[in-house]
Amino acid sequence: MPLGRLPAWLLLAPALLLLLGMFLVPIGWFLVASLQELGSLAEILEEADAVLLSGAVGGALINTLWISAVVTALVLVIGYPVSYAMSRASGLAFTLLLLCIVLPYFTSTIVRTYAWMVLLGRNGLINQLLLGLGLVSEPVQLLYNRTGVIIGMTYVLLPYMVLTLYAAMKAVDMRLLQAAESMGATPLQVFARVFMPLTLHGVVAGVLITFILALGFFVTPALMGGPGDMMIAMLIEREVELTQNWPGAALMTIVLLVVTLILYGLYSRFTTDEKGAMP
Amino acid sequence: MMGPVLRATLLKALVVLLAFGLLAPIIVVAIASFSGDGYLKFPPETFSTRWYARFLGDARWRSAIVNSVFIGLMTSALSTFLGFLTAYAMLRGNFRFKKVLASLLLTPVIVPHVITAVAVYFLSARLGVVGVRPWIAVAHTVVALPVVLVILQSALRTVDPALERAAMVCGCTRWGVFRRVVLPLAFPGIVSAALFSFLTSFDELVISIFLAGIRSETLPVRIWNSLLLEVEPTIAAVSTLLIAVTSVALGVDAVLRRVRG
Repeated sequence: MPLGRLPAWLLLAPALLLLLGMFLVPIGWFLVASLQELGSLAEILEEADAVLLSGAVGGALINTLWISAVVTALVLVIGYPVSYAMSRASGLAFTLLLLCIVLPYFTSTIVRTYAWMVLLGRNGLINQLLLGLGLVSEPVQLLYNRTGVIIGMTYVLLPYMVLTLYAAMKAVDMRLLQAAESMGATPLQVFARVFMPLTLHGVVAGVLITFILALGFFVTPALMGGPGDMMIAMLIEREVELTQNWPGAALMTIVLLVVTLILYGLYSRFTTDEKGAMP
Repeated sequence: MMGPVLRATLLKALVVLLAFGLLAPIIVVAIASFSGDGYLKFPPETFSTRWYARFLGDARWRSAIVNSVFIGLMTSALSTFLGFLTAYAMLRGNFRFKKVLASLLLTPVIVPHVITAVAVYFLSARLGVVGVRPWIAVAHTVVALPVVLVILQSALRTVDPALERAAMVCGCTRWGVFRRVVLPLAFPGIVSAALFSFLTSFDELVISIFLAGIRSETLPVRIWNSLLLEVEPTIAAVSTLLIAVTSVALGVDAVLRRVRG
């Protein structure tokens, strides 16, 4: 039954109130009140200049962009073949592949991070394998450094990419590929000139969503990284929890928020249907 | 050039390897949690349930279980209720700003949780509600709502509006249509939504770190606090419990999907 305007808004009201009261207003209030502590607009801009260009914040911003870019690239390279296989699989093979993606996807981030901390430790499985195969002569430091952060984040973010790519690949009409083949295209040409262009919007959407989520990452780098792997979300948490520096946290929040929202705007343009690739 | 058979085999081998790599860390933790050794070692030399005994024997871990379940159930009830009203209105309603509203409702997933967490903490500290469990559940509902909406919108899409009209023509009231037509048809979807919103809250860490205070530590917050100190085997047992809860939820959802057809 179609709903009238008034009943529709009445049904929407509770959720909107929650969103307003627990999300929009707190974020707005936190930002405005924290910045007001600094005084006039000129003073705020001066502080912004000092904070954002300081060594610690500048370094964290560079770390954040660099780690997010590397992780996104790795996730794409690993996710692409898996999604492709998933989009072509059926029956038991499909169910098993889906399980391999969905179980990690719905497992708590901290559990997945912990799992890699166990694997990458000095006496962990990975070091045992490397030693056993004779590839290294002593345990490699894989944890509490950049390598650990990248491995952990790649693992945590992989399912988002795979599920996004899968949706795009599933929609490709296989008859187009057969047509190209029957007209003499080599498998490489079929891939490069038919399949790849048809799934490109999925790749763009997957890259954007992975990068957006990576930018705001906090748990995995905090646990698996070293002192040199400070990311912006960790710095925000630290400013609030340790030093109670609300103005500093607010300035960094604005930077992270603006970048995230711009990329989200781009992402929305690449997902045509309203369902998008949300979980 | 590679033959097509060889290429297909190579792709299959690669995918099997990658897929196994995705599942392996979770399986390793589950096996390691039954280790009888004094420190984390894989594969374990001896097996025991000593880490589970230590986990369940600790009053702080036990209270973390209670907190997590309690907050999870409240989040699940609240977000499923709000999400159902919203999904129904979004689907059947005819009003302006629908597109804007749809993306606004999904933004809590996109905005880094640390921002939401800091902002809600800022508000909560002033209201003096840090560590209050129902309040944590309300905060979790903000991030659980988008999950519920996606599930319920697809579930409600399968409810034919013609059925609702037919019931109304036959003299049913709006409430009657809702209770006897919409609710039963959408029921499997509602259970799925309740399940996944519970899971969202049960696994949530960042908002909980800020809002839990000392008295309302949830399981993920307890794991976080202990991991900052050391990687001890008790956490493998706790993690295995979280993995088991996820697996059960996914299993129930798979059965429900079959029911929904």
